[in-house]
Amino acid sequence: MHSVDASSLTRKSFRVGPSLLGTFLTFAFLLAVGYPSSAAPLSAIKVHALPAFARKYGLPCSSCHLAWPMLSPFGQAFKDNGYQLGNDRDAPIYQSPAYWPVTFRITPIWHRENETNAGVDSATAPGGQTEASLTTHGFDWSGLDFHTGGTLAKNVSFYVLPSSDNTGAFHFETVMARLDNLAGTTWLNVKLGKFELDNLLSEKRILTLTNVAGVYTNYHYQPLTEVASPGAIPFVFGIGDNQDGLEVMGHSKDDRTRYSVALLSSNDGTPGLPTCRCYATFLTASQAFQVGSLGLQRIGAFDYIGEWPTYYQFTQGGNGVAGTGIGNKSYYRAGLIGQFFIKKYDLTAMYFHSSDNAYLGTGTPANQPLPVGAQKPVWNGGLFESHYTFSPQFILIQRVELVRMSQQAFQIGGGPVYVPGSDEVPSASFGNENVYAIAGRYYPFISSRAGFAFHGEYAFSHQSGASPVTGRNLDFSSLLAGFDFAF
Amino acid sequence: MRKINISKLFVVIAILLATPLLGSAQDESHIGKVTGNEGRGRQFYFRYCWGCHGFRGNGDGENAPYLNILPRNFVAASFKCRSTPTGTLPTDEDLFNSIRRGFVNTNMPSWITLTDQNRADLIAFIKSFSPRWKTEKAGTPINVPAETPLTVQSIQHGQQLFQKLECWKCHGQEGRGDGPSASTLTDSNDQPIRPYNFAAGSRFKCGTTNHDLYKIFMTGLDGTPMPSFADVIKPEEAWDLVHYLRTLQIRHNSPELALWLTTKEGAAIVSAQRVSGTPTGSGVNQ
Repeated sequence: MHSVDASSLTRKSFRVGPSLLGTFLTFAFLLAVGYPSSAAPLSAIKVHALPAFARKYGLPCSSCHLAWPMLSPFGQAFKDNGYQLGNDRDAPIYQSPAYWPVTFRITPIWHRENETNAGVDSATAPGGQTEASLTTHGFDWSGLDFHTGGTLAKNVSFYVLPSSDNTGAFHFETVMARLDNLAGTTWLNVKLGKFELDNLLSEKRILTLTNVAGVYTNYHYQPLTEVASPGAIPFVFGIGDNQDGLEVMGHSKDDRTRYSVALLSSNDGTPGLPTCRCYATFLTASQAFQVGSLGLQRIGAFDYIGEWPTYYQFTQGGNGVAGTGIGNKSYYRAGLIGQFFIKKYDLTAMYFHSSDNAYLGTGTPANQPLPVGAQKPVWNGGLFESHYTFSPQFILIQRVELVRMSQQAFQIGGGPVYVPGSDEVPSASFGNENVYAIAGRYYPFISSRAGFAFHGEYAFSHQSGASPVTGRNLDFSSLLAGFDFAF
Repeated sequence: MRKINISKLFVVIAILLATPLLGSAQDESHIGKVTGNEGRGRQFYFRYCWGCHGFRGNGDGENAPYLNILPRNFVAASFKCRSTPTGTLPTDEDLFNSIRRGFVNTNMPSWITLTDQNRADLIAFIKSFSPRWKTEKAGTPINVPAETPLTVQSIQHGQQLFQKLECWKCHGQEGRGDGPSASTLTDSNDQPIRPYNFAAGSRFKCGTTNHDLYKIFMTGLDGTPMPSFADVIKPEEAWDLVHYLRTLQIRHNSPELALWLTTKEGAAIVSAQRVSGTPTGSGVNQ
């Protein structure tokens, strides 16, 4: 060819739809009837995909999203530029006064949840408890996100995200403002507030929605021994959680090279200074490079170093006084990431290495002695997520996550079941976890105004020795099909 | 149950896989050592471009009605930013640079985040929209002679040319795009079009360098009222005009502006032109 026969081009591009739709529905149906599934309420899905930006700039969502909400390199650059295209139309003064930068997103679904070896009451079993397989299913919906973001002026950006769970209880997932391109360079941008860490694999843009795979396990994993003993402050942390702090980040003009440094309150993103006067640091750096016609490849590293209080300095009525946590102990999460594109196929591989101080690992307040034999828990993790993007309208997703304890907080021994408060764990593999997920998303239309996707997914997790009565493996599975939309 | 003949199935699959390869040759683009492929470019076009430029490439995408400067019509194959004489097709490199750079004061962003290969592929596909690429070759890039020395005299001569060539009629005496003819101008889509406002930013429609500015008025911006001055002024005069036009960019610290400010006349003019307001531009040093 030639000059393109425009009519045939259009037909072809639309003809893909129905056949893919049929494929997808078949896929979703097979998932729905062929697998077991679920029990816990669907957690709020806090993801970012903003038709408000598409409406502002007139670009289809496929420009910024490989498959929304996951960003494409162009979308990542847009975000790194402070939600600006740099085309002289970024300041709100150039928008219609009627433009209101708000997007909402919600996902009505049917889902099935299953948990094996769950602890349940029993009148006949020793100890009054036994294990059972719990299954439930039905129609449901996700939480609701109201995204509002954009520019207040040229190079002054903001993002506010009130987010609810599926009961309608709201909290602020993100509240931040950002000064962009300081000193006229893309290498200096400052963000203040509560925001997502600069994770190269964004959990807020995750493509899986089930209870099992709706978050990255490695981003939130904590050893099962980290149960706070009396008088200790519970240690709850995940680098997938949005954090409160100040971030300095920079990037090359083409976004191939990126870095970020963040100083964070060590409170896992909770408001109101509830824990301590302690801080954490998150560092990332990455470099992308082109490999022939394969696409853009990126490699990077990250490190989170923090401290967490173990007990309160003061109490009132026996309860800790907010913000007076002391006895800080350290923890870190570090890792390497590679994102590799081979034409329509892409693979993300991550390696995690994590460790918590022995006090945190055993839930012991620092004003008390450690249990005999206590040591810092150390674990490694791996993630392999791949996508096959047939077209901007259809993507298949697969993920495997692994967590392996390399050093338990307690000595190996005792019975087959770990009892909180004991000084032993049943095995070296206690708490090891595997998570598998497959999913498909079909976008029947792509526009610059709104987003809609058919979503089908099955996910399964397996945790060694975690069942509460017999110490068998604890398995969860989740099956989900639904409509994911944003406007 | 029917048995499937594996060997026949193999043949059918092989034929299906080979069919695209047996079709007519696809368009290509060539930028340096990078060769763009139309087939790959099609995928990128229908990910990034169709919303404005349309499924048929004729600029009627769903977002087009909301744009005050309509998206490029690739079927007409008339391009603003070229290194080639007015009326001719641009080179692949011209299109490559346009996609990389984006267009100031329009909704067309910079696609610098795409790889060189991605952009080359897009160009191969964009060229498939118009029969002009089958019947015509790209024009020969104009010769851009070495820039003449920057002097106060060259700026002053450029200032005289600005008057003589009546640039001010569209661009205004201060280069703010508010000349007496500005409100009457339309582009090839019969849409109102505003002359470039030198005072507002640091970037031009077709680049940021003096070299780019030279090419703009020696090739013209096809599809707009901006003509080519290649037959009107000599190359050394064109450089003088470049030097003067730079001084109209009162928010951009150029050597030309710095030199102009050392003169009493220049300092007085620039001082009078500087006003406060909402800054524009990318906010990133170019």
